[in-house]
Amino acid sequence: MNTTRTDAAVRVRGLRKVYGGVTAVDDLHLDIAHGETFALLGPNGAGKSTTVEILEGYRLRTSGEVSVLGIDPARGGLDWKSRIGMVLQSTGETGLLTVTEMLRHFASLYPNPRDIDEVIAAVGLEAKAKTRVAKLSGGQQRRVDVALGIVGRPELLFLDEPTTGFDPEARRQFWGLIRSLKAEGTTILLTTHYLDEAAQLADRAGVIAGGRLVDVGAIDEIGGAEARTPVVRWRDAAGTTHEVRTVEPGMHVASVVAALGREPDGLEVIRPTLEDIYLGLVRDASTGSASELDDTELDDTEEALA
Amino acid sequence: MTTSLMTQGTSRIGVETKTYFRAADTLFFTFLFPFVMLAIFSAAFSAAGEVGPPGAEVSMGALYLPAMLAAGIFLSGVQNLAIDIAMEKSNGTLKRLGGTPLSPVGYFAGKIGQVFVTGTLQAGLLILAGWLVLGIELPTDPAKWVTFAWVFVLGLTTCALLGIALSALPRSGKSAAAVVIPVGLILQFISGVYLQWNMLPDWLQNFASLFPLKWIAQGMRSVFLPEGWESLEQNGSWNLPGVAIALGIWLVVGFVLSRITFRWIRRDA
Repeated sequence: MNTTRTDAAVRVRGLRKVYGGVTAVDDLHLDIAHGETFALLGPNGAGKSTTVEILEGYRLRTSGEVSVLGIDPARGGLDWKSRIGMVLQSTGETGLLTVTEMLRHFASLYPNPRDIDEVIAAVGLEAKAKTRVAKLSGGQQRRVDVALGIVGRPELLFLDEPTTGFDPEARRQFWGLIRSLKAEGTTILLTTHYLDEAAQLADRAGVIAGGRLVDVGAIDEIGGAEARTPVVRWRDAAGTTHEVRTVEPGMHVASVVAALGREPDGLEVIRPTLEDIYLGLVRDASTGSASELDDTELDDTEEALA
Repeated sequence: MTTSLMTQGTSRIGVETKTYFRAADTLFFTFLFPFVMLAIFSAAFSAAGEVGPPGAEVSMGALYLPAMLAAGIFLSGVQNLAIDIAMEKSNGTLKRLGGTPLSPVGYFAGKIGQVFVTGTLQAGLLILAGWLVLGIELPTDPAKWVTFAWVFVLGLTTCALLGIALSALPRSGKSAAAVVIPVGLILQFISGVYLQWNMLPDWLQNFASLFPLKWIAQGMRSVFLPEGWESLEQNGSWNLPGVAIALGIWLVVGFVLSRITFRWIRRDA
């Protein structure tokens, strides 16, 4: 699993999915390398879940080529499934079995499962091992989902909004678990609404909006250099707010100070976070414009983050 | 490479049976229901004394024991699985299992295994309760017990497959119980389970003969009712070959339908 490979773990070319006249995914191209952690970002209804479910084999595509671990998921058999782990969006199962019973059962389905006690410890449920799943909190049930997804020692792990309902400590613990899976060479496809989670875990990210992959790249490059340009903001004597995008914020501040002849009010130098960049990409896709953020749009962004 | 079907099936039977006994509603409506009905019928009609053809009279409890055994087979197979699988389909259980290397055959082995474990326990306890509590005389002729064994196994297998096939019908898990339980009740009323078979009019008997439950009930009566009762059956005979043929046909129908209709999830086209 750790050997260098030239073929991609996930390869998508020209993927298209139409539901009764509505195009959910359109001409999507994607490569995920073996051992890579890839975050797929996008608002609800953008085509993210449809894409992931096609890769998982749950949905059939309208057209395009898809290969997951070298197999077309629409024809993936049991051998293929034994190499893949899935943490689906949460479900409403009856939960009449205990955590240990569930894990022992799922482990029995895989040819080379992990030790169930180690998995239970890895998701931090040792104290709840003998508790029925229905009696756990929402966040704890989510950890059971994660445990069931990794017990089969998958080569490729799908994580669909895995940390929904986690408290901050549980999320940190979960990130540690994902890093250890990554260190073992597991390829991971993560969808999440938490941009900090993507920044923490992913090597690369792709942003889906309106059924298309609007950008893809390393976490610190996505959106392009332009989107990362810092903004200098200050208020003048009349109380009007000024914002200037510049690659030389220090020089600009110096010129503002020189012009005012005093300390500017409300001076800020803002470096766009991944979240700002993401929201910019999604908005550009929805308005169809590729224009840079102007002042008012940046204000909208700030409101959206508030 | 995946784990063997044997490993998967055994593991499935274990979790299926545990889940069955931990779900209060199935425990009552499937497992205990025939016991409750047997108790009610033998108490309610106790004033009627013994019934039946001259020389072959039996107590109401003895009359209802084979009927409740047939009801148990029907409930454990058809009602239990039709509701259970429809629920698993709508609550995400099947979707998750569909993402694992569990083979559909392993999944069904688990369901049918669960039906056999619980159905056998249910039948055994019903017979024991009839014998110990109601003082019903049990057959001593080994040939009767051979008939019991094949009617039970054939009936339970057929009902399990029909339950799997029927689980494809309800659109949601919640509607499953509302659809399956009333239909099951009607079938039990017209098949000689709750109402004495020979009291039903000919046309209703003929209609009920289209469905498997009537034949299971008839097979069970042939085991537990004394000689003389066959005169109250259609054509005055137990017609065991007819029981075997009818259940055999429904077995094939159930097998084919469950193979055609089963999906891990409602996958769009």
